[in-house]
Amino acid sequence: MNALLEIRGLAVAYGASQVLFGIDLTLAEGEVATLLGRNGMGKSTTLRTLCGLSPAPAGILAGSIRFAGEEIAGRAPDRIGRGGIALVPEGRQIFPNLSVRENLVAFAANRRGVASPWTLERVFELFPRLAERQQNMGNQLSGGEQQMLAIGRALMTNPRLLILDEATEGLAPLVREEIWQCLARLRAAGQTTLVVDKYVERLIALADRHTIVERGRVVWPGSSAELDADHGIWHRYLGV
Amino acid sequence: MAGEGMKSALYRQSARRRGLAFAALLALAALPPLLQALGQDFYVSVAARMLIFALAATSLNFIVGFGGLVAFGHAAFFGAGAYAVAILAERGVTSAFVAWPAAAALAGGLALLIGAISLRTRGVYFIMITLAFAQMIYYLFISLKAWGGDDGLPLMARSTFGPFDLGNDATFYWVALACLAAALFLLDRIAHARFGRVLQGIRENESRMAALGYPVAAYQLACFVIGGTLAGLAGALIANHSLLASPNLLHWTQSGTLLVMVIVGGVGTLYGGFAGALTLLLLEELLTGVTVHWHAALGLLLLVVVFRAPRGVAAWLHGLFSRGGTK
Repeated sequence: MNALLEIRGLAVAYGASQVLFGIDLTLAEGEVATLLGRNGMGKSTTLRTLCGLSPAPAGILAGSIRFAGEEIAGRAPDRIGRGGIALVPEGRQIFPNLSVRENLVAFAANRRGVASPWTLERVFELFPRLAERQQNMGNQLSGGEQQMLAIGRALMTNPRLLILDEATEGLAPLVREEIWQCLARLRAAGQTTLVVDKYVERLIALADRHTIVERGRVVWPGSSAELDADHGIWHRYLGV
Repeated sequence: MAGEGMKSALYRQSARRRGLAFAALLALAALPPLLQALGQDFYVSVAARMLIFALAATSLNFIVGFGGLVAFGHAAFFGAGAYAVAILAERGVTSAFVAWPAAAALAGGLALLIGAISLRTRGVYFIMITLAFAQMIYYLFISLKAWGGDDGLPLMARSTFGPFDLGNDATFYWVALACLAAALFLLDRIAHARFGRVLQGIRENESRMAALGYPVAAYQLACFVIGGTLAGLAGALIANHSLLASPNLLHWTQSGTLLVMVIVGGVGTLYGGFAGALTLLLLEELLTGVTVHWHAALGLLLLVVVFRAPRGVAAWLHGLFSRGGTK
């Protein structure tokens, strides 16, 4: 399989503080991978750098980020977004003053001319609850519904790579389960996805490969079978 | 079924809103003959001035309220529009169909230039850089003796407007009203179009919109230029109204006055600029007849407005009508 995303030796600093020290991560088309680690170990910085959100280009000290064969490190976030990467951010960040429908439709884009693009109907099929609440404003939704909306909004840009940062954080178990099932359906549909989350057991079932980061360094890369077999890794690096 | 019910409720709401707007437009159109019948012809001109400031404040509200850009140099576009009409009139171009679009285009071009540089900054720096640009233009105009310097540039007569005589205050009032109504209609359409939704998204969360692939700066610049262009049209009208392009129109205090109108009227509401301009200028008109210390009294009254209607007069009136409608 060809690599869709290839991060090599990524070193990043915020001002004088270096936070990433040579991150490596590869993701093939159609694959689901995870980035794991305790809080403050560099997961979100990796994602934000990948999406061009931070730090400033000068903060990227070394390394490369190649997406679909092109170098994207240091590019403006809107160019990266148009290139086919969609981030579902931590904290959901839906637009509270727009309705569910507006949140989905207003920002929809099929920039790469995908043959069967995501439509309102397909998103509602994935998240029937959003269909029922399509006229409600964003701030009238529960946490779970907001998360579904955030994923739906990202899908409406027809991304080649979908990134989820703590997508199940703070959700009730039943709602969390609903999100996992949706991610499994997306995987079955061939959606390339990079997930950051804490629920290792569910991630093993969902993803193909995993990368664990500790203090800005990759300390363990491996497959789901390898991670499942060695609970010592869970304990050592993830505090589980 | 619930969705359908909600849809028709929304339709009724928007039909009611359109009905109210049309009724308000008719009432405003009927004002000149009413004032003339009461022997208060003078107030037709006062009302026209209010409409012009309402247009200028509405244009600023689009930038501040929809674009989320607190600009403190709107006087530059307002004044540039006024000077464009006066300079063209001096050179014999008196047709409103030429001079007014030229004034709007000049202000829009200026907004493009200022916006392209200023939008590289954020927050308080954006406020300061827009203020700095406006003051540079102010000092440029007062130093140019050919265009009147400190005294401003007078117009010999109002622009010609086809068969209509703009020298007649009632006709001028109706033209100003038509300009304001057209601007409100345009901004309403923009706000409900995809462009407007993206702007609101940017106002809520810039980095989120950038991550969704939207060129934030380009959208903000477009918003800034639309607001600047409409301010230029308002400038063309105010020069015609007072028969003078005064450097005071370019001064930072004018930017401050427009910003106060927007805040009093309601930031981010379509009629906020209109409501703010009317409130401020009506209070000014009423208080100047009572006391020479009207600024102090106006300040106190504004405090009452801000405390009673913290989201602005337009939102307060909307709430009042909505409650009335549900009873």
